[in-house]
Amino acid sequence: MDSWLTPLIILVVLLLLGAWSIWLERRVLALWQDRLGPNRVGPFGLLQVVADMIKIFTKEDWVPPFADKVLFIISPMIVMIMTLLGFAIIPFAPNIQIAQFDHALLFLLAISSLSVYSIMLAGFSSNSKYALLGAMRTAAQMISYEVFMGLALMGVVILADDFSLSAIVAAQADVWFICYQPLGFVLFFIAGIAEIHRAPFDLPEAETEIVAGFHTEYSSMKFGMFFIGEYLGVILISSLITTLYFGGWQGPFLPPLLWFILKTGFFILFFILLRAAIPRPRYDQLMVFAWYILLPLSLLNLLVTGAVKLSLLG
Amino acid sequence: MLDDMLNTIFIITAAIILISALLTITAHNVVHALLYLVVTMLAVSLIFFILGASFAAALQIIIYAGAIMVLFIFVTMMLHQGEKSLAQERHLFNFSTSITALFLSSMLFFELIFMLFLTPADSANRLVTAPSSAIITVKDIGTQLYGPYSLLVVISALMLLSALITAIHISKSPVTSEIKTKADNL
Repeated sequence: MDSWLTPLIILVVLLLLGAWSIWLERRVLALWQDRLGPNRVGPFGLLQVVADMIKIFTKEDWVPPFADKVLFIISPMIVMIMTLLGFAIIPFAPNIQIAQFDHALLFLLAISSLSVYSIMLAGFSSNSKYALLGAMRTAAQMISYEVFMGLALMGVVILADDFSLSAIVAAQADVWFICYQPLGFVLFFIAGIAEIHRAPFDLPEAETEIVAGFHTEYSSMKFGMFFIGEYLGVILISSLITTLYFGGWQGPFLPPLLWFILKTGFFILFFILLRAAIPRPRYDQLMVFAWYILLPLSLLNLLVTGAVKLSLLG
Repeated sequence: MLDDMLNTIFIITAAIILISALLTITAHNVVHALLYLVVTMLAVSLIFFILGASFAAALQIIIYAGAIMVLFIFVTMMLHQGEKSLAQERHLFNFSTSITALFLSSMLFFELIFMLFLTPADSANRLVTAPSSAIITVKDIGTQLYGPYSLLVVISALMLLSALITAIHISKSPVTSEIKTKADNL
């Protein structure tokens, strides 16, 4: 296959999946809440996304006159670019991976730390109180939870002896890392939810408190990019969980790509279930939970993993 | 072929660093200036990457662009005054205050140019040769850090710990202790 064809296919599939997971979320949420959800456009309402896209493209693309215009336009792009860049290192199947290099996990941490900018700049450039409040909450939340994300990942790195994701998948040929790293998995999962600010950690855009948070002033496709960026983030974190803790594409009988899709799909559904099941905590509870509970736990996880590994090596 | 390409990328990145650094000090809007500084950081990280130090490149992004600059922008966002602060700064800093600094830094600049022209272009000089792409692995860095340089690691850890304790002590106010009691009740 041509070297440019695989990335192109992955990109197109991801963008379509990002859009269609909006339909999936609305449908599945409705199912769990005894409603029907969008079911009118096309079979099972599948074409609802197309209708939404036509609507969002034809809406007025309004840049507020009081906004910082350049930053206002750049910030939704940053979130899309950063999330899509994150997919470059994911091994979807043995030969389907865009970029393979040694420090893939560090690259991932760098990407996730840079995506804070999109929300902060959106909040700043909107020049409105609600947007600024939302941006401040996000910045604090993402900086705090990034710490545990990195620390939780280090457990996996210690076990696999490597920063590259394909080596981590190969190291899970016998036993999935979830068996060795249950605490690390829980920490990474929580940090992942906070990092893409999904419900229940969606305080930056808590509509009962601060309208729509950082994207209050956004309309049309610029809002759409934030929206799809969030769903792409869900897919990214789900596929990372699959790769790091659940053996990646490995599995019996079925082809590797199908295993990867099944595992990732399971976690995407779990993200949606979380939104339906858990109420939103208060902002100070969120920060206190991060620094008083998650930080000691992740340090402990790192310490124990390192100690056990060293004692086994002798 | 590859060396040529790396050279071209190096020159383009170096140009980006210079331009964005210049824009950092000339931009009127504080947040814009900080964003140009972020661009400088990212470009420096690319230079590290070209030189084969991909670990340093990743750390440059994670720590400088991802953490320190975010905090900088976070604070300026809250204190941002727009035109008002600009007028205040115009009043505080005029050209005559910067003459000495300008003189000293131009001296340094000419010295640098002089040095670069006088340095013989020998093959052992990393600055003169083409960027190398020999990759330094994390393991190499780890064995170096916890082997010959372990004392430095311990000392920097102690410094960070003392800084942390100081920060906690300074920020200890009735409000934070109230949060702490909430945490105990959690």
